[in-house]
Parts: sequence; C-alpha cells; structure tokens
Amino acid sequence: MVKQSKLGYMWKYKMLYFLSIPGLLYFLVFKYVPLFGSVIAFQDFNLFSGVFGSPWVGFKHFERMFSHYDFINILKNTLLLGMYDILFAFTAPIILALLLNEVRLMLYKKIIQTVMYAPHFLSWVIVSGIFVGILSPESGVLNVMIGWFGIDPIYFLGDESYIRTILVGSGLWRDVGWGTIIYLAALAGINPDLYEAAEIDGAGRWKQTLNITLPALLPVVTILFLLKIGDFMDYGFERVFVFQNPLNIQNSEILDTYIYKAGLRQLQFSYATAIGVFKSVVGLTLLMIANTLSKKATGESLY
Amino acid sequence: MVSNYLFLTLLGLAMFLPFMNVIAQSFSSGGAIDRGEVMFWPVEFTTHYYQYVFEDVSIWRAFAISVYITVVGTVINLAATSMLAYPISRQEYVGRRLVMILILLTMIFSAPLIPQFILMRELHITNTLWALMLPTAISAFNLFVLRSFFAQLPNEIIDAARIDGCGETRTLWSIVLPLSKPALATVGIFYSVTNWNKYMDALYYINDRSLYPLQVKLRELLITDDLSDTGNLAFEVTSQSVQGVQMAVIIVATLPIILLYPFLQRFFISGMLIGSIKS
Repeated sequence: MVKQSKLGYMWKYKMLYFLSIPGLLYFLVFKYVPLFGSVIAFQDFNLFSGVFGSPWVGFKHFERMFSHYDFINILKNTLLLGMYDILFAFTAPIILALLLNEVRLMLYKKIIQTVMYAPHFLSWVIVSGIFVGILSPESGVLNVMIGWFGIDPIYFLGDESYIRTILVGSGLWRDVGWGTIIYLAALAGINPDLYEAAEIDGAGRWKQTLNITLPALLPVVTILFLLKIGDFMDYGFERVFVFQNPLNIQNSEILDTYIYKAGLRQLQFSYATAIGVFKSVVGLTLLMIANTLSKKATGESLY
Repeated sequence: MVSNYLFLTLLGLAMFLPFMNVIAQSFSSGGAIDRGEVMFWPVEFTTHYYQYVFEDVSIWRAFAISVYITVVGTVINLAATSMLAYPISRQEYVGRRLVMILILLTMIFSAPLIPQFILMRELHITNTLWALMLPTAISAFNLFVLRSFFAQLPNEIIDAARIDGCGETRTLWSIVLPLSKPALATVGIFYSVTNWNKYMDALYYINDRSLYPLQVKLRELLITDDLSDTGNLAFEVTSQSVQGVQMAVIIVATLPIILLYPFLQRFFISGMLIGSIKS
C-alpha cells in the first residue's frame, strides 16, 4: 500500500523525471561509460574486437609502464609540479587576499581586482603565446630587461632547467587573482566587533591577523587544500602541453601529456589507459590520506 | 601600509604589462620587434599583421568555428543544465539525493582519456563539431550553481503555476527560468568562456583541419617560424614578421573576451560563491 502510494506520488510528478532524462543520460554516457571503459587497461584492446572481444592480459600494461625507461622521470615531473602547485599556487592567493583585505581605498581595490581577475579568462594557448613573446631570446621584454644589467639573453623555453618555473609562474600569473575571490568573501564575513575588541585589548595589526583573521580562514583553507590534494596528479594537460618543446621535454613531460602521446599518437590504447588508471589511483589515495589527517587535526573533512 | 600599496601596484602592473607588450608588438614593424626595441608601446607603427590576419581565410574559418561552438554549445549547455537542475531542485523528485551524489562522484573520478576517445569514436562524433559540444554539455559545477538557485525560489510560486494548470515544462520555461536570469547569466558566461577557449578537446577529437577552432589554429601559428606554407599568398611574409602575426592573432582571439569582460565581472563573483559554498 505504502509502496503503491509512493509510485502514485512519483507518477503525479512524472514530467519532472521526464525532464531529467537527457541530463541523466549525459552523465551515464559521457561520464560513467568511459569510467567503466577503464577495464581496457587490463586487456590487449583493439578497435575491431571492442571491449567485450579483446583478450584479458592482467597487469601486463602496468608492468610495461613501470619498466619504461623514462617512467620514473615522468612521474617525478608530475609529482614535482603538483608539489610546486601547492607550495606556490595554493598559498599565494591566501597571502594576496590578506593584502587586498588591508586596502582601504575602495576605488584602488576595485581597479586592482579588475586587473588581477582578467588573465583567468584567457586560454592556456593564449597564455603560452604571451609568455613565448615575453621570454623570446631575441625580442622578449624579459631578456631586454636583464640585458640592462649586462646579462646575455637566455632562451628560457629552450632550457629544461627553467621550464618548471615557467609553468608555475604562468599559472600564478593567470590564476592568482581569481583564487583570492573565495578568501575575500570569507574575510568579508568576519565580524568587525572582533577586531574592535582586539584593538581595545591593545592587539596590533599583526596580532589581529594572527588571532582573528587566520583562524577564521582556516576552514575554507582546509577544504580548498583537500580539493587541491584531490587534484594533485591533475596538474593539467593543456597548460603543460602548450609550453612543451623538444628542448624542455625532459623536465616537462608529465603523465597527462605522456598518456596523450602514447594513446592518441601511437595508438597504444590499453597501455595509455593503464597509465591513466595508475594516475587516478595515486590521486585518490593521496586524497584519502589527506582527508583522514585533516579530520584528526582540524575536524574539517570532505566526507 | 604604503609598502602594501606599492607591492599590489607592482603586482597589478605585472598582470597588465604582458598584455600591453602583446598589443605593442602586434602594431610594430618586424625589424623593431627583432631588435628588441618594443616594450609597451608600438615602434614603427604598422597594421600590416592585422591585414595579414584579415586576409587569411583559414584564420577566419577557425574564428567562425569558435563562434559557432560558443553560441550553439552554450545554448546546448544551458538547455541541458537547466533541464536537469530543475527536477533535482524540487522536493517532489524522489531520489534527488542519490542523483546528486552520483554526479558529485563524477567530479572526483574522471574517466581516463582513451576510454573517452573510444566512446567518441563509437558514437561517430569524432571529426565533427559535436565532439566539441556534446561531451561538455553539462558541467557538474554549473549544474550545482543552477540547482541551488532554483531551490531558493519560493515553493508557492511553483505550486501556484501548477494549480493554474501549467505542466512542469511550462513551469520551468515560463516561471522558473525568467526568475533565474542572474543565475542563468552567470552560468552562461562560464560556459561561453569555456567553449571559446576550447583547445584540448579539439586536439583529441578533431583531425580535419577545416574544423579546427581558433585556439588550435592559434597554437599552430605560434609554433611555426615560417608562414610561407600556410597558403596565404596575399602577403609577402618575411621571417621578421612572424612574431608580429602571432601577436596579432593572440589579440584577435582575446578580443571577444576583452569585450565581454565588463559583463563577465558583474556575474562571475556571485556565481563562484554560490557554487563553492554548495560543493
């Protein structure tokens, strides 16, 4: 009886379910089907036999991946970029938001924010174009500037020792301003009475930041940090690929760019999928470790 | 305090001057660029590169394709997103929590590249513009932004529409969507920028050069030192002017975003905040 009335209730609103069909199909087809398609990592997949006809080969492709001569280097690049990303790209917006929060001239603040948010809307291709221009050994502004100090022009993009700095730097240039938005909102939500009370107690600016502002930011910082850890292995295909050239590849090849080359250029489907699965498993493990640690230390967690 | 203003001003300049450098180079003579004379203002002013860009059919075709996937793609985005966001914003939708969790999971577990590629092949949409619009039809983030906006609308309005005999589709179309214009604008802008900037998907799924969107075309131009084989015979292109042409194309590809930026700014902050609080 109860069941029937529930069905009756659902029938009454059948149009709601009908409306949701295209969207649900979208997530099923474009998200879940390829997710389960990851099983081809354990097959010798070929396009003619398909997922159901290709032979199963166990961990063959994973073994091949670990024995690839350059695998350790590619993994190292991926992890290093992930670490630099947290060290610089994660912390910089917090500091910048604190600095912006101290600004009392509203018009000035608005102008600075307008300028700083803008690069976020540019594609990585455009960002790379701008940086290639600035860093060019013949005509780049940066080389002209270091020339004033008597330093010879450097071909920054053609030297593997600069590429990680360029990748992290271009990322900061594009996204540091954008990253402040959420912190600025959290800062705006702090009760001004707290500062007033602190002032009466004789706490200076620095003490106020330490004892009121930072604790208020901590929950947001923790959650964003956990999300960032979840993306640790996903530094991003595009932003690296657009800066790659044969001269810097040794330090700029990451798992994502290697997957593209092995998979879509050399058509080693199962092998490239195995690397993708490996990447996801490492990423997920990191997320779970960080989440557990954070739950114990701060009480904040994603789940 | 003064040092804070000084630091922020320098940082602001560091954000802004690279644009100026690109603009200045795109209007400077090849010789001046080569000698490293161009900083933030054009030297030996010329519009030569823009003439080249305007005469190059392949750049225009790529521009038109980007406009197409931005306009049509965003319409698809908005239709698909609101058709799912509305039902899962209503109490009456049994199982909405499960649907939301399943969608949230796709944000954490993303499928590897190759199974996605094989799926696209099986659907026969590689080498069509559908490949640039369908796989990104709904972004989970934007879906949640729109859902939480719809959920805030008072139930009375929707019930009143139902009592007046509106079906759910009518209610969505003529009551919910008109009331949600700010949210739709925010989400629409996020989608348009993503569509305009689309590069990776085209690299993966499009081989046919005549279907390249502007970002792919731009990337191609950025990595050549020689424009003589691009098929544009209208201009004598010396190796000196390659960089000028590259900078001019960067400006052309950025222009729509620069023109939209004032509108963008009005909406994106509120959108960012609704979305982040929810997720």
